[in-house]
Amino acid sequence: MSEITFNKQGQMVSRDTIDGDIATLNLGPTHPATHGIFQNVLKVDGERIIEAEQTVGYIHRAFEKLAERRPFNQITPITDRLNYCSSPINNIGWHLTVEKLAGIEVPKKVDYMRVIIMELARIADHLVCNSVIGVDTGALTGFTYMFQEREKIYELFEEVCGARLTTNIGRIGGFERDFSPVFSAKLNKFLEEFIKNFDEFDKLLTRNRIFMDRVIGAGPISPERALAYSFAGPNLRAAGVDYDVRVMNPYCSYEDFDFIVPIGKDGDTYDRYVVRQEEIRQSVSIIKQALAKMPSGLHHADVPDFYMPPKEEVYRSMESLIYHFKIVMGETAIPKGEVYFAVEGGNGELGYYLVSDGGRTPYRLHFRRPCFIYYQAYPEMIKNSVLSDAILTMSSMNVIAGELDA
Amino acid sequence: MDYALILEKLILIVVILAVTLVIALYLTFGERKIAAYFQDRLGPNRVGPLGLLQPFADGGKLLFKEEIIPKTAEKWLFIIGPATAMVVATITSAVIPWGTSIEIFGRNVSLQVADVDIGVLYVMGIVSIGVYGIMIGGWASNNKYSLYGAIRASAQMISYELSMGLALIAVVMMSGTLSLREMVEQQHGLNWNIWYQPLGFLLFFVCALAECNRAPFDLAECETELIGGYHAEYSSMKLGFYLFSEYINMFVSSAVMASVYLGGYNFPGMDAIANPTVLSLLQVAVMFAKIFFFVFVFMWIRWTLPRFRYDQLMRLGWKSLIPLAIINMVVTGAVMLLNQ
Repeated sequence: MSEITFNKQGQMVSRDTIDGDIATLNLGPTHPATHGIFQNVLKVDGERIIEAEQTVGYIHRAFEKLAERRPFNQITPITDRLNYCSSPINNIGWHLTVEKLAGIEVPKKVDYMRVIIMELARIADHLVCNSVIGVDTGALTGFTYMFQEREKIYELFEEVCGARLTTNIGRIGGFERDFSPVFSAKLNKFLEEFIKNFDEFDKLLTRNRIFMDRVIGAGPISPERALAYSFAGPNLRAAGVDYDVRVMNPYCSYEDFDFIVPIGKDGDTYDRYVVRQEEIRQSVSIIKQALAKMPSGLHHADVPDFYMPPKEEVYRSMESLIYHFKIVMGETAIPKGEVYFAVEGGNGELGYYLVSDGGRTPYRLHFRRPCFIYYQAYPEMIKNSVLSDAILTMSSMNVIAGELDA
Repeated sequence: MDYALILEKLILIVVILAVTLVIALYLTFGERKIAAYFQDRLGPNRVGPLGLLQPFADGGKLLFKEEIIPKTAEKWLFIIGPATAMVVATITSAVIPWGTSIEIFGRNVSLQVADVDIGVLYVMGIVSIGVYGIMIGGWASNNKYSLYGAIRASAQMISYELSMGLALIAVVMMSGTLSLREMVEQQHGLNWNIWYQPLGFLLFFVCALAECNRAPFDLAECETELIGGYHAEYSSMKLGFYLFSEYINMFVSSAVMASVYLGGYNFPGMDAIANPTVLSLLQVAVMFAKIFFFVFVFMWIRWTLPRFRYDQLMRLGWKSLIPLAIINMVVTGAVMLLNQ
């Protein structure tokens, strides 16, 4: 006979011998709970997962290779399609990387504008993740509440750049145009209403007994293992490691803002959920601070090599015409060099490793995609847990197929 | 042979069956509207006035959908599964007393299809057959997710039936009868069983949720984990039967709950109404009001709470509900003994 033991959360943790039949179960690639196209081949004994093997590459679009044939400003739309829940962070991260390579200094105002946009994107990203954890536990209602808020954030993006999901927001050197009065009005209204609605969602789930029983102890990871896998972002912080790119390696004047980096303890689904909940609140506070301290000035740096001149100028002055032509044709001058730049993405350290040989396109571009790293740890995290926990672990790590496969 | 009685009962059966089906049809609509209300949406509002024809559009769609029977499925069992679920769901309503009786063409027509002596046992028996529909369907689909759903459903329903039965025993001990009609008669006016059996009622209610496979006990379908569970491979009206039987079950178990604990068709102040026809009609209305109240609570819970994990569900069933039900039974017995 086999021995079944339970840990303090009541999960089945080990069984000395395995008798009976072990079944192979395909979790994905089209399983609704994977929220994207990726596959897990599970070896299951009843509901317990004995072994898991993950498959990547179902929507691999060769972004890194594509980038080698594209001028720098045309790579921004590619980055949209990485973590499509928070495209603006990807866009701005890429702009910052190119600015670092080209040595461009941007005005303080651009930094603050970027912070506002990036924090909005982080809120949207975390809202998707946390409300989907709710959906996967069977609580669909909170999801609809939070998607209304996410919709408002998308309207804000639309106001800035005209697009909603794949934003292609901003330019190398700043923004295409200053924030409009409509944007400011909508943003203020959003900030006023959001916390109230968010509290409603919080009340619905965070201290719900059934929800807590479901997520506490589901898919835990120790800080040592998380660091060994090079986790970053909310998932690492949930495991109890105090690391946030915004604090450790500030960019975009993040050092000007006062915010708390929430840290978890057990690295389980509940900690990941709670860390994200708190980060949403902190993001709101950062946006409020940025709005209050918004410096005056220009919404872009003076970099004619990268920043498109206004169309009226193109028709009137020769320099503008030349720069316009060069930017559109992708013939901008860029120094030789090798840079790594990382931003705190929606779900971790989103890094860009860029090698330039001085040509019109990158020689090599590598995206450090946090989802890819999380997904490597997935089999280890769900081993010996049950099917329901495996699905919660997946959604709480916020593995996004677009970023996973790039 | 009393042909008139047979005719009377036949008409009653047809009426109750039709009413049950129409109500189940509109419960799907109600569920969608209520969910929409909870979730700050509009819900179906395009078919007919206020979307009221939506259930018929849904039913029609399901009827005309292509019927797919997977090649690897066990064909006959695949068909028997949903049929069992549907038949079992509809025949439970036979013992429910909808009202006392009504005078039609000089005949005193009882508003209950069959006043059997063992009404409560009949309900329990039929309900436990219900699991076969799910089990057979899930197994015959030859799909691992369906099988998971079927196994979960059968384990869950069998364990929750136990505490349901134990909760009912306390009521049976109190009323000294197994006939639903007599049980309801004893709860005349406001003398409802819920006042004497609050814990029993709570246990029965939780078990009813589990028996109907409703959230937070909907592990058998569990769209996020098992992609629909036991009915993952079903299409067309067979799927419709499964979904439909869930709503009928909900309706019927609400009716049983109303009859056993909330006094069925009894309401305070019923003695003041002299006209027997008016009284009967009012009784039927009260009965339905109680049923719809329970149905609403069912839906309210579904759109508010997350669902349990399988082992938590079993632990709740075996380690909390069954001991509580036994304690409830023993305490009831002790109190009865002391009162003698």
